[in-house]
Amino acid sequence: MSIWKPALAIARKDLTIEWRNRTALLTATVFAILVLLIFIFARDPGVIGLPVLAPAVLWVALAFASLVALNRAFLLEREHSALDGILSSPAPRAALFWGKWLANLCFVLVVQSVAFPLWILFFNVQPSGALVLVAGVAVLTAIGFTAVGTVLAAMAVRTRFAELLLPVLLLPFMLPPVFFAAQLTTRLLAGRPADELWGWIRLLSVYDVVFLAVATLLFPVVVEE
Amino acid sequence: MSIDVASAERTIRRGKAITLAAMVGLAGLYLLALRYTPTERFEGLVQKVYYVHPPGAYAMQIAFGVVGVVSVLYLWLRDERLDLVAEASAEVGLVFGAMTLVTGPIWGQPTWGTWWTWDARLTFTLIEVLVFAGYFALRSAMQDSHERARYSAVLGVMALLLVPFNHLTVYLFNTTHPKPITLQTNKPQLPDEMLRTFLVGFGVFTVLYLGFVITRYGIGLRRAAMEADHA
Repeated sequence: MSIWKPALAIARKDLTIEWRNRTALLTATVFAILVLLIFIFARDPGVIGLPVLAPAVLWVALAFASLVALNRAFLLEREHSALDGILSSPAPRAALFWGKWLANLCFVLVVQSVAFPLWILFFNVQPSGALVLVAGVAVLTAIGFTAVGTVLAAMAVRTRFAELLLPVLLLPFMLPPVFFAAQLTTRLLAGRPADELWGWIRLLSVYDVVFLAVATLLFPVVVEE
Repeated sequence: MSIDVASAERTIRRGKAITLAAMVGLAGLYLLALRYTPTERFEGLVQKVYYVHPPGAYAMQIAFGVVGVVSVLYLWLRDERLDLVAEASAEVGLVFGAMTLVTGPIWGQPTWGTWWTWDARLTFTLIEVLVFAGYFALRSAMQDSHERARYSAVLGVMALLLVPFNHLTVYLFNTTHPKPITLQTNKPQLPDEMLRTFLVGFGVFTVLYLGFVITRYGIGLRRAAMEADHA
C-alpha cells in the first residue's frame, strides 16, 4: 500500500474536523496575538524600542502558538478511542505519522499566517521583500519541530498531564531551530548579503531532514499496541 | 523475563560497594586537591573547583550518552532491564548535571566576575539537564511500565540526536568558557601535581558514576520484581 494516499486521507480528516468547528484554530490564533501583546506591555517603551525586540517576539509568539496547536493534535484521537480505529485499518503506521504531521504543519502554518501580519503591524516592521523570505524561514522552521512535536504530542496525550508535559518535552527541541530562525530573521531584516544566510538555512534544513526521518522511524513505536 | 528480589538485592549491594570505594576515592581527591596541588597564581583557591567540575560534567555526559545508547538498544531488543538502566543513568546524570551547574558559578563569580553567562558550555549543560528533567516528567506521568519504557526510549533516542544541534546552537550563540587544553601537548603544560590530581578526578567520577548507576539500577530491579509479585 502506498504511503501517500492514507497519509493524505488522515491529514484531510484532521483538517476537515478543525475546519468544521474552528475553535482550536481561533483559540490558537488569539493566543498568538496575546503573546505579541504581552511583549508590548512587558517592556519599558522609553528604553526598548519595538524594532530591537521584533525578531525575538516573532519567534517566541510562533513557538508558543505552535505548542498550543500541537497540544490538540491527538486529543481528538483520544476522546473516542478514534486512534484504535485508524490503527486497525491497513494503513501503514508511517502513513499515520505523515498524515498527522501534515495536518499539524498546516494548522501551525495557518496560525503563523495570521500572527505574522499582525506582528508586522504591531511592531512597525518596515514592509519589504525580506518579509517574504522571513515567512519562508517560518515554514522551514515549522517543518522540523512539528515533526518532533507530532511524536511528543502522541506520547504526552497518553499521560496524566498532557498539556503541561508537551511544552516541557518539546521546547528543548525547539531551541535550535528557533535560534537558527531568529538569526536569519535579524539578518534578513537588516538587509545582510545572501552568503551570511546560507549557513543558517543549511542548519535549519539539516534539522528538518534529521528529525523528519527520526520521527517517521520512531512514531510507529509510540502507537504500537 | 523474570526478575527476582534476591538478585536485585545483590545488585544493590554491589552498587553500594562500588559507591563506597568511589567515596573513599573522592575523599582522596579532595585531599590531593587541597594538600598536594599548588594554589593557582591568578585564580587562587577557587581554582580547586577544577578537580571536580570538569569530571562532574564528564560524568553527566557519559550518563546521558548511556541513556541514548541504551534507548536504541531497548527499541531493538525490548529487554525491560535496558529500560531500567536508562532510568538509572538518566537520574544519576541529573545529579551530576546539578553538581556541574552548582560548582560552575562558584568558580565563575570570582573568575569571570559573574555567576552566570550565556556561555556555550553552561547553556549546553542547562539544556541537557532540562531535556532529562522532561524525560523524568514523562516517566513519572505514566502508569503502564511497558508503555513507559517505549516512550522513554523514543525520547532518549531523540535526546541523543538533539545533542549535536544543541552543541552547534550554543557555540554559534556565544562562548567565553575555558577550552579543554589540558592534555594537548602543544599548549602550556600544567604542573604535574595539578595534572595528576585532575586525571584522578576523572577516574573517581567514573567509579562514582558506576556505583550510583548500579545501585539505582538494582533499586529499579527490586521495584520491578515487587510489582511483578503483586500483579
